[in-house]
Amino acid sequence: MLAEKALELVRELQRTTDGTLPPFNEDKVRQVLEEMKALFDQNQQDVSATVAGESGLFAGVQLRHAALERNKRCLLAYLYNRIQKIRNMRWEFGSVLPQDIKYNLSEQEVQWFNKYNKCLANYMRSIGTAGGLDLTQDMKPPKTLYVEVRCLMDHGEFETQDGNVIVLKKNSQHFLLRSECEHLIRQGILEHMVH
Amino acid sequence: MSSGLDILGELEDDSGEDGEAMTAAEVLQKLEEAWLNEKFAPELLETKTELVECMLEQITEMEENIKRAKKGDFKVSLHCMEIDRIRYVLSSYLRCRLKKIERYTSQILDEESNRKDEDPCKLSPEEFAFAREYSQNMEGHLQSIALRHMPQNLQSLNNKQTAPRPNYDKYVFLRVNEAVEGVLVEEETMDTGLVHYVVLFSFQKCEQFYFSFMEQKIWLQVLET
Repeated sequence: MLAEKALELVRELQRTTDGTLPPFNEDKVRQVLEEMKALFDQNQQDVSATVAGESGLFAGVQLRHAALERNKRCLLAYLYNRIQKIRNMRWEFGSVLPQDIKYNLSEQEVQWFNKYNKCLANYMRSIGTAGGLDLTQDMKPPKTLYVEVRCLMDHGEFETQDGNVIVLKKNSQHFLLRSECEHLIRQGILEHMVH
Repeated sequence: MSSGLDILGELEDDSGEDGEAMTAAEVLQKLEEAWLNEKFAPELLETKTELVECMLEQITEMEENIKRAKKGDFKVSLHCMEIDRIRYVLSSYLRCRLKKIERYTSQILDEESNRKDEDPCKLSPEEFAFAREYSQNMEGHLQSIALRHMPQNLQSLNNKQTAPRPNYDKYVFLRVNEAVEGVLVEEETMDTGLVHYVVLFSFQKCEQFYFSFMEQKIWLQVLET
């Protein structure tokens, strides 16, 4: 059926769970583009035949053109929504993506990610007059100044704002300033203990 | 007690836009209003650069005050908490705007280029720079992977057709903060005297007088839907 492959791409993305990104389906993207080219070529043949005097080809041309537009729309939706997912990851993981996620990105998507990083960093630096504001911090309304956290993996030494150095060892528990350890919690190094 | 705890109240701000001095507490209240409105309105509202900048300055000032304070003072932790809360409101407000800018980039940039000089600015200069770069990156990405390889007549990106636009028909709750005469809501007047009157109707309808309200410094609060 016409434009089916493009729809499969969209479905594939739709079916993934939140927060995960399937590998970029380069093969299928290429197949869709090839289908478009074939449709276009056929259309051009029919158009030149019509110009030459043949009649009755118009309906076919219309149908193919509709399929072409549908392909385009689906392909763009696929790319756009992948970008949205990648964008959300920037906010979640910070400016460096974990290797296993990066592996699923296409080369152009990595480029986009880097550009977005730069663009966002520029914006955050330009807020206010004195050095900007990191918007990726303070994601949740603060409830307490200090939080109790447990280390989920060995992370090494960590210097707190008042100059004390603590060692983040697996399964150790600490009582830290929320603003300091928020990013570590998000990276999964620390776990916020709720009693 | 009051002099220490009421740190917001004691810092006078004299950089108010219209020459009026606003206390820091007033600025914070205005910021919170802007934050709520932004959060529940479907489209990007006017920029409040002065509020953001002013509040950031206050935060730096407060942080310096705290550094000077005695260590281990009970009040210090309260102030720290307050700073954290303010910073959250600020970041959340700006994040919310950024999200809208990313989502409706093409529409917002269109509006910006069609804006007349006397109209209020929806984007701050920094946000404008961000929006432009973001839209360039996005278009570049779509071009390089897909559009470039398509047949010639399909290579252009028609933003009017494909780009997402805000849902102006979204329904919002409003709270009238101050009585105003002569405003029609679905053929009923929003009567004077009803200060805590909550109505539910489509954003597009309320928007017309929403902006006229802002000029009069009267705010409708867009509440949670």
